Amino acid sequence: MTLHPKISRCADPQLVNDWHSVADMATLATKRIHQTRLLGVPVRLEVHTNRQPTAQRMDLGIAIDSVEKYGFLWLCLGTPQRPPPEIPEARETDRHCVTGGSIALNVSGLRTVENFLDMGHFPFIHTDWLGVEPHTEVPPYKVEITAENEVLATECTFFQPVASPTAKGGFMVEYVYRILRPYTVCLYKSNPVQTSRMDSIYLFVQPVDEENCVAHPFLCYLKDGIDAPTVRWFMQLIFAQDKPILENQLPKRLPLDPRAETPIRADASSICYRRWLRDQNISYGAIPSAI
Amino acid sequence: MIKLYDYELSGNCFKLRLLMAILGVKYEPVAVDFYPGLEHKSPWFLQLNPLGQLPVIDDDGYILRDAQAILIYLASKYDPSAKWYPTGSPNLLGEVCQWMAFADAITSTASAARLHDGLFYDFDIEACRTGAHRLFRILDEHLWFGEDQGNDWLCSGSHPTVADLACFPYVVLSEEGGISRQDYPAIRRWTDRVKRIPGFRVMPGIFPAGPGPKTT
Repeated sequence: MTLHPKISRCADPQLVNDWHSVADMATLATKRIHQTRLLGVPVRLEVHTNRQPTAQRMDLGIAIDSVEKYGFLWLCLGTPQRPPPEIPEARETDRHCVTGGSIALNVSGLRTVENFLDMGHFPFIHTDWLGVEPHTEVPPYKVEITAENEVLATECTFFQPVASPTAKGGFMVEYVYRILRPYTVCLYKSNPVQTSRMDSIYLFVQPVDEENCVAHPFLCYLKDGIDAPTVRWFMQLIFAQDKPILENQLPKRLPLDPRAETPIRADASSICYRRWLRDQNISYGAIPSAI
Repeated sequence: MIKLYDYELSGNCFKLRLLMAILGVKYEPVAVDFYPGLEHKSPWFLQLNPLGQLPVIDDDGYILRDAQAILIYLASKYDPSAKWYPTGSPNLLGEVCQWMAFADAITSTASAARLHDGLFYDFDIEACRTGAHRLFRILDEHLWFGEDQGNDWLCSGSHPTVADLACFPYVVLSEEGGISRQDYPAIRRWTDRVKRIPGFRVMPGIFPAGPGPKTT
């Protein structure tokens, strides 16, 4: 099978040799057979009568390894250098740890990660939920690259009218953002009931090709006062508000040249993410920097 | 109070939320885990609607399925002006029913394309898009000629009807199924008019209208 001329094969070893979430197990079990692409490579997923999933590369006609984790099926096209991300809170029994409903997006997965980090758009895109005018200010926050080579943004605060399904009225919400891998991001957000603990939302982004992705959300919400369907409802409400915005971003790939777009101080985490990608020579889904 | 068995991203659920917002009817949404939970195919839901489809309402024990049927019911019961479902005029009522059927055709094409692209449904995507464009061309021409006669809405008369609300959501969400509305200027003007109906509310993927033309 030949690839679409616009869609190049991935030449980034870090991405080829890593695990990527490619399907929600619940959806896969219903469909039985699901065809998708990972890093431009067509793959066929199948769930057999013994409930075991298998994966096949359609271009080479060979079976490839898969693992199930966090309710998703994960594939690696090369030789895995490490397991899928470790999520300690997924083992806490007082949390709903559920898949949030995978949604396909016609935009680079790197753009999707970057949008996830951005607080500036809350009042305009998530109006009356995650933000409301005139509370548009993004207060200064800290961003760093950690010893584990992750991007970490801390002390992020924002005024939110309905920060979560259990929120009663607006409050200043505290966020921590963490980019674990080029296509994996998560946020920790103060729980409105148990204010000393945080809910977490992971986004495992499947690079379908350079300009298409699937966002696979994984949610770890404290059970206190909320049921799992409501957790999913809120995630999909918010994410579907982002979808048309993301799909209309141009260019569809993420520009890594520092001169390509004009950031403001609120974009500090995005600037750090782009630089971090550049320094690791991640080019798939990006427009590489000229310098 | 009316219970609406609801899924946030469903255009067919949205059109009921929209009519109830416009009419000022209070309701209690019951979130159904449509995706990825497939709760609309679960035994408890199939008892409400054996077709396994959203939306369904429960109005004080009266259970009704089908978005278009529910629009008719709600308008007949809660709109004392009888403008949204104009039972007084046979001609107008005929037009309303005609466009309600058209709304179902939009669902099986434009909405199906959106489910294919966004949520991995196995549909023939080219057939969905071709079908939607055929309908949009018919809709656009109808609206264009209507505007020429001074009609703002799908049916003749000066007031919008449930037919406008029935057709609106999956037209406005069509880009999510890869169906551009660039070639349908009259559709774009009509969707803006719908968005300016007092009481209009949004859903994810549908934005409010920009500032309108100044009225004097």
